[in-house]
Amino acid sequence: MSEPTSGPVVEHLDRGPLSRDEMAALVARAIPAGAFVNLGIGQPTQVADHLAADSGVVLHTENGMLGMGPAAVGDAIDPDLTNAGKVPVTELPGASYFHHADSFAMMRGGHLDVCVLGAFQVSATGDLANWHTGAPDAIPAVGGAMDLAIGAKQVLVMMTLFAKDGTPKLVPTCTYPLTGVGCVDRVYTEVAVFEVGPGGVRVLETFGTSVAELAARLDVPLRS
Amino acid sequence: MTLVVETTDEAVDGIADGSTVLVGGFGMAGMPVDLIDALIRQGASDLTVVSNNAGNGDTGLAALLAAGRVRKVVCSFPRQSDSWVFDGLYRSGDIELEVVPQGNLAERMRAAGAGIGAFFCPTGVGTPIAEGKETREIDGRTYVLEYPLRGDVALIGAHVADRAGNLVYRKTARNFGPVMATAATTVVAQVGSVVEVGEIDPEHVVTPSIYVDRVVTV
Repeated sequence: MSEPTSGPVVEHLDRGPLSRDEMAALVARAIPAGAFVNLGIGQPTQVADHLAADSGVVLHTENGMLGMGPAAVGDAIDPDLTNAGKVPVTELPGASYFHHADSFAMMRGGHLDVCVLGAFQVSATGDLANWHTGAPDAIPAVGGAMDLAIGAKQVLVMMTLFAKDGTPKLVPTCTYPLTGVGCVDRVYTEVAVFEVGPGGVRVLETFGTSVAELAARLDVPLRS
Repeated sequence: MTLVVETTDEAVDGIADGSTVLVGGFGMAGMPVDLIDALIRQGASDLTVVSNNAGNGDTGLAALLAAGRVRKVVCSFPRQSDSWVFDGLYRSGDIELEVVPQGNLAERMRAAGAGIGAFFCPTGVGTPIAEGKETREIDGRTYVLEYPLRGDVALIGAHVADRAGNLVYRKTARNFGPVMATAATTVVAQVGSVVEVGEIDPEHVVTPSIYVDRVVTV
């Protein structure tokens, strides 16, 4: 769990919401130089494209590798070298391989600095729901999400703030089955960045909207 | 004593109906496809399969499931874009599923292989995974009691074996192989090649021969 940040909220009212690429770039800028980082499947994977070459950030993949490079193309594709999404990837100088028990010990043991995950819902106190909709016909599949959520020192979530039906995904209490309790530190959305935790929700930055407009659309109290 | 056998059929000989089979691989990387094909020919049924996924496409684990040999799957991530065989069996009620967080899957097998009776784990606290399980607060943090997961047989893929049964793996195809090799009564490895004793640098051995019962080149 990271220390709460202080400082005034920054409202970017002269622009629209962030694109997916801009969101990924914003998350990338929040990752400290030299950090050991796990990027979840889906949108979080895009964060890698925005990490500066000289950042010294080392990417961890749950299936047993540190020093993961970009996606493999052409002759570089090797079926023995994939990421957590089973996509062929490459290795960077300084990479290492290890078995699954070690890979998850790195998470639980608090060795991983940051993980970036997608979410169905995040609660005001940082509960995460991202593995199961709870629908009767859905096949539950948790993968490494629960281990990552409770293991990484800092958990960043990337998601749209509203579901397709318009309901907020930042909620007072998650209605979907939980992945972890009180584990999320920050939530990056297309319209705002939030800090969540024991003290509730604080808005750090907005894009194409104001704190007042967000407060009207969300069911959680916002501090700024 | 590790036996280097000539065929995959010899390698899977004697696997009994009702066995718990640990199957290595993460997706298709490290998946012992040839051993699974041999297990299908061998005919053992009513199996419990422990593996990270529940089969991809129509080969390997998916083919074993399609052949109706598996009663229960213990895995972390059954649902994938190409898991149609499992999806169909699950939706028709023809297969049982136990979903285990991926790190718990690995650590439960590690515990089995290391002689640990049970362990308190922070993963899944406050989630459906922990329902009905004993919890304990240790130094201000809540943990869930998790039990070892042992196999009758482990089928794993490795890169190179020596004739003594020492194994090395290749890149992320290593994944569950080394842990599963410790956690089953009979451990069978399919490898790309078998070399003479002494040809693998002892410093490079990942799975020592003590864990390995049968090796076959594919």
